[in-house]
Amino acid sequence: MKLLQADHVSVTYRIPGRAPLKAVNGVSFELQPGDSLGIVGESGCGKSTLARAIMGLQPLSGGTLSYQGRNIADFNRQEAKEYRRKIQMIFQDAVGSLNPRMTVRQTLEETLRVHRMVKPDQIGHRIDELLDYVGLPGKVLGSYPREMSGGQCQRVSFARCLALTPQIILADEPVSALDVSVQARILNLIKELQRKLGVTIVLISHDLAVVRTICEKVSVMYAGEFVESGNTLQVLDHPRHDYTKHLLEAVPDVGRALRANGI
Amino acid sequence: MSKPLLEINNLRIRFTRDGKILTPVRSVSLRVSDGERVAIVGESGCGKSLTAMSITRLSPTDMAMVDGEILWRGQPLLGISQRELQKIRGRQISYVFQDPTASLNPVMRVYRQVTETMQGVDKAEKIRHTADILAKVGLPDPMRAALAYPCELSGGQQQRVMMSMALAANPELLVADEPTTALDVTTQKQVLDLMDRLADERGMALLLITHNLGLVAGRMERVYVMYAGEIVESGPVSEVLTSPRHPYTRGLLAAVPLLDAPPDRPLQDIPGTVPSPDAWPEGCVFAPRCPYADDHCRQCHPELRCGNNRECRCHKEIF
Repeated sequence: MKLLQADHVSVTYRIPGRAPLKAVNGVSFELQPGDSLGIVGESGCGKSTLARAIMGLQPLSGGTLSYQGRNIADFNRQEAKEYRRKIQMIFQDAVGSLNPRMTVRQTLEETLRVHRMVKPDQIGHRIDELLDYVGLPGKVLGSYPREMSGGQCQRVSFARCLALTPQIILADEPVSALDVSVQARILNLIKELQRKLGVTIVLISHDLAVVRTICEKVSVMYAGEFVESGNTLQVLDHPRHDYTKHLLEAVPDVGRALRANGI
Repeated sequence: MSKPLLEINNLRIRFTRDGKILTPVRSVSLRVSDGERVAIVGESGCGKSLTAMSITRLSPTDMAMVDGEILWRGQPLLGISQRELQKIRGRQISYVFQDPTASLNPVMRVYRQVTETMQGVDKAEKIRHTADILAKVGLPDPMRAALAYPCELSGGQQQRVMMSMALAANPELLVADEPTTALDVTTQKQVLDLMDRLADERGMALLLITHNLGLVAGRMERVYVMYAGEIVESGPVSEVLTSPRHPYTRGLLAAVPLLDAPPDRPLQDIPGTVPSPDAWPEGCVFAPRCPYADDHCRQCHPELRCGNNRECRCHKEIF
């Protein structure tokens, strides 16, 4: 069964005194368990609005989003809560998305407790397991977000999201605030989680090379619409839409730049 | 070799904080010749921006202890008076920074900021002059932009306004500190193409500070790689990026996702983290993260070794 299906999803913002703004306009896609979809586009193309819609945080103005065959707009309270657990989000600002007054242990504990993920006496064990998944040493448990690097905080975000055994991880620019060497580590982590846990990944990014590294499928978004979708290698190596070509040409890629200069 | 436009020798920048001495820049020597395009690459906290700021003593380096030598056309800049420096800053050496929103005054119309230094000129003339120089940086509808507030312009447009201000005095060197990091890739390309073209037309030298190796590869002639307050490697871009000698440069290159790599190419991260500027390791600064490091590396700080236009600060330098 399809895990998540978007069928002509539209989101329109209505601002008094202005023309309605179609932030997302008739977007369709489907995700099977274990899929990895990259959504690329520039600022203002509607990719974050789409993310909010997928999370159920933004009412649709048209189309439907179905989770395991059921329209998420029809969920009752219990189902909605369950859906919010099954789909987890990772944000760009890793430090900012953690509570500054909670240690790593408190952050993870709270998550496990609120959603009653494990029996209270199992919490410690589960936390160790989660740290292990994201490759953090046990000594970070007593640290506050400000005492850790951006890369470490992003790993804590991943641990927190894995605590809820999600089926889908929606990552909105998870590495764009990180240095290259740390970025590589987080990207490798995402790949590994995908392989080990079979979790479905939706990666929102402006960085085509990052998407190419992680995602099997890609959709290119422009002005609220998907202008080109397909297998990542196919789309990025043989783009058909002019916007995709334009975007690819603008990327300052090391390998390509060296070759273009005859080096 | 011709006399360099800018020469920095053994630059060291220290701050005191809470009674401790931090040394974010330990040892930087670099040269920029007339019309040359030079990049400093490195990750956050490596000291690349401080190095750039210190050239004309911009904040916060005005509060720091700065040792070494900074020569502008052979004239030492360290220790000269603010008054003397004023003649160089903004006129001969100009800057463009990362965040145009933060660099522009939000409550001042663009033309007033651009012409802030012009005196005894009436408003109409200021607007006309601004529109003129905005047209040169390719802003569509320059008259409207001149009268606009910064928030009415997009990020790319704001950055062009910044660039027009930086270039107004025909500087000989433009220091661009991550000028396009806040911009979308397509806008980034436009702004950089513009910078390239203007530098070409005027024979202006560029010092680009960036973390993005792609920008260096495509647009620059020489590159200095910085790590933990030091230059660890330098040379022509074509050589450094294709046959890196320092393990850090190699590590950086292996960590960058590429657009045309085979899909199963693993990204190699660099284990560990950058040391903190109040506790640099005793030996080679990169040794704790380096796959090739041995006891000698951990104990003895390597000097920068030069040869054939290239420099490398590594005991091993096996490449």
